[in-house]
Amino acid sequence: MGIEVIVEGLTKSFGNQTVWQNVTLTLPPGEVSVMLGPSGTGKTVFLKSLIGLLKPEEGRVMVDGVDMVGGRERDIYETRKLFGLMFQDGALFGSMNLFDNIAFPLREHTRKKESEIRRIVMERMEMVGLLGAQGKLPGEISGGMRKRAGLARALVLDPQIILCDEPDSGLDPVRTSYISQQLIDLNAQIDATMLIVTHNLDIAATVPDNMGMLFRRELVAFGPREVLLTSDEPVVRQFLGGRKEGPIGMAEEKDEATLAAEQFIALDDTPPRIVPQLQPSPGLPPRQAVQRRRARVLAMWDQLPVAARTAIKAGLAPVQEEHA
Amino acid sequence: MTAPPVPESAPEAAAPAPGGAARRRGIPGTGALRETGQLMTLAATTVRDTFRRPFQVRELIEQFWFVASVTILPAALVSIPFGAVIALQVGSLAQQLGAQSFTGGASVLAVIQQASPLIVALLIAGAGGSAICADLGSRKIREELDAMEVMGVSPVQRLVVPRVLATMLVAVLLNGLVSVVGTAGGYFFNVIVQHGTPGAYLSSFSALAQLPDLYISEIKALIFGFIAGIVAAYRGLRPKGGPKGVGDAVNQSVVITFLLLFVVNVVLTAIYLQLVPQKGA
Ligand SMILES: Nc1ncnc2c1ncn2[C@@H]1O[C@H](COP(=O)(O)OP(=O)(O)OP(=O)(O)O)[C@@H](O)[C@H]1O
Ligand SMILES: [Mg+2]
Repeated sequence: MGIEVIVEGLTKSFGNQTVWQNVTLTLPPGEVSVMLGPSGTGKTVFLKSLIGLLKPEEGRVMVDGVDMVGGRERDIYETRKLFGLMFQDGALFGSMNLFDNIAFPLREHTRKKESEIRRIVMERMEMVGLLGAQGKLPGEISGGMRKRAGLARALVLDPQIILCDEPDSGLDPVRTSYISQQLIDLNAQIDATMLIVTHNLDIAATVPDNMGMLFRRELVAFGPREVLLTSDEPVVRQFLGGRKEGPIGMAEEKDEATLAAEQFIALDDTPPRIVPQLQPSPGLPPRQAVQRRRARVLAMWDQLPVAARTAIKAGLAPVQEEHA
Repeated sequence: MTAPPVPESAPEAAAPAPGGAARRRGIPGTGALRETGQLMTLAATTVRDTFRRPFQVRELIEQFWFVASVTILPAALVSIPFGAVIALQVGSLAQQLGAQSFTGGASVLAVIQQASPLIVALLIAGAGGSAICADLGSRKIREELDAMEVMGVSPVQRLVVPRVLATMLVAVLLNGLVSVVGTAGGYFFNVIVQHGTPGAYLSSFSALAQLPDLYISEIKALIFGFIAGIVAAYRGLRPKGGPKGVGDAVNQSVVITFLLLFVVNVVLTAIYLQLVPQKGA
C-alpha cells in the first residue's frame, strides 16, 4: 500500500520572497492527488520540498516517520528510496543513453542481474512508448520523449510515492491521454500514493481523487476532487474554467483596478459539470484506493459543502457515460 | 555573497533557519565565513564518503585518465624551462656567493620542494579542476544532481569522491614526472650552459638533499591535488543561476584554488623546515 505524506505548516522563501506559507495537507495513502496553480506559484518548489531537495524554513513533511525537512540526512536518503520523482525537464543524465538512465536506480539500489534489469527497463520503456530509442542520448531526443524517459526512470523501482511534475507539458493531446491512463493503471497495479502537478484541465478533471491549488503564496484549497470541481472560490473557478476573468492575471496577480473593473463582468453561472474519473484499463485489478477514499469521504461528510455532496452522490451512483 | 535585490539569485543556504532572510544581510564577513565552513563540510563529507561502499572504480579511472591526459603534456613542457630558470638563477646567485659547488643541490631542492608541487597543482587546478567544475556545474543546472539525490544516491560519493581522488593521484604521479624533468632540465643548463662539472653537481646533490625532501614534495602534491579537487567540486555544486553561473563558478574555482595553494604552501614549507632537520645545516 502507498504511504501517507503529511505536510504541516510548511513555509518556504528564497531571500525575502515567500513562495508559499503555512501549507498543511495530507496525501492519503494510495490515492492520486493533483496540485494545480498558475505558473510560478511554487508547485515545483513544493514537490522538491516533499522529497527534501529544498528545505523549507518552517513546518515538516512526515513520510514513514521521517521528517523530510528537519530529519537526519541519513534517514532522508533512505526515505527517498520510497519516492519516484519525475522532474519537469526530465533531468536525465546527459552522458548516459536512455537505457542506462532508466537502469540507473536498479543498478544503484538492487542486486539484480543484468538480464533482469534489461527486462524491467524494456518493460518500462514500452510502457512510455520509447522502445527503439534506448541507445539514444538525452540530447538526441525530443522534449516530450525526455519527459517520458524521466517518468520511466521514476517508476523503475516501483516507488510507493510517485511525484510527477507536469507529466503533460511538452506532450501532444493524445500522449497526454495515454499518460493519464497510465498513471491510473499504475495506481491500480502498485497502489502508490501519487501527486501530480499540472496545468492540464483534462488531467485535473479525470485523473485525481483529490485536488489542491496553490495561489498567492497560499494553499487555496485541498480536498476530494468534487470539492474543488464544484467550488465557488473565484480563483478555482477561473483556473478550472481557463478564463481570463478572475483574480489570476498574466503576472500571477492582477492589480486592484483591473479586478474592480471585472466586478461588472457577469461570470457565467452554469454549475460546473463533473466528468467521471478514469477507470483502470480492462484486465487490471480495481484500484484499492477507491474503497479507502469512499470511507474517508463519508467520514468527513458533514464538513463538505452541499454542492460537493451532491456531486459525490452522483459519482457513487452507477456511472453513466453521457459525455462524448 | 551579499544579498542582491533580485530574489531569484538569492542563494539557497545549506541550513536555513527561521529569520534567515534577515540574518543573511548581517555582519560583513559572515558570508566568507559561511563559505569557508561549507567548503570544510564538503571536504569532510568527501573524506568520509571515500570509505563508503560501493566505491566508484570506473568513475575514478575515467576521471584519472581525463585529468592526467589534460595535464601531462603541459606539465612536462612547463617544467623544462622552469628547471632551467631555477638552475640559472641559483647558479648565478651561488657564483656571487662563491658557493658554485652547491649549485646543483640547491637548484634541485628548489625544484623538488617548491616548483614541482606548485606547477603540478596550478596545472591540475587550471586544466583538470576547471573541467571538473564546469562538468558538475552544468549537471547541477540541468538538475541531474538533484535527480541523483532523489534516487537516494549521494552526488558527493558518486561524483565528487572519484574526482578528488583522481586529482590527488594525478598530482602525486605528475609531481614525480615534473621533479625528474625539472631536475634534468636544471642539470642540462648547469652543466652544458653554465659549464658546471657533472661531478660537482651530483656531489652537492648528495651533500644537501635527503629523502624527506622528496617525501614533502609528494605530500605537498597530494594535499594540493586534494585542494584543487575539493574547491572545483565545491564551486561546481553551487553555481548561482543558469549557465553564466557555471562560467563564473569555474573562474572562481581556479582563482580560489590558486590563492589557497600559495597560502597552504607557505604553511607546509614552514612546518617541514621546522620539523625535519636539514642536511648540512
Ligand atoms: N532555486 C531558486 N532560487 C530562487 N528562487 C526560486 C528558486 N526556485 C524557484 N524559485 C522561485 O520560486 C517561485 C516558484 O517557482 P516554481 O518553479 O515552483 O513555480 P511553478 O509553480 O513550478 O511554475 P511552473 O508551473 O511554471 O512550472 C518562482 O517565483 C521562482 O522564481
Ligand atoms: Mg514547475
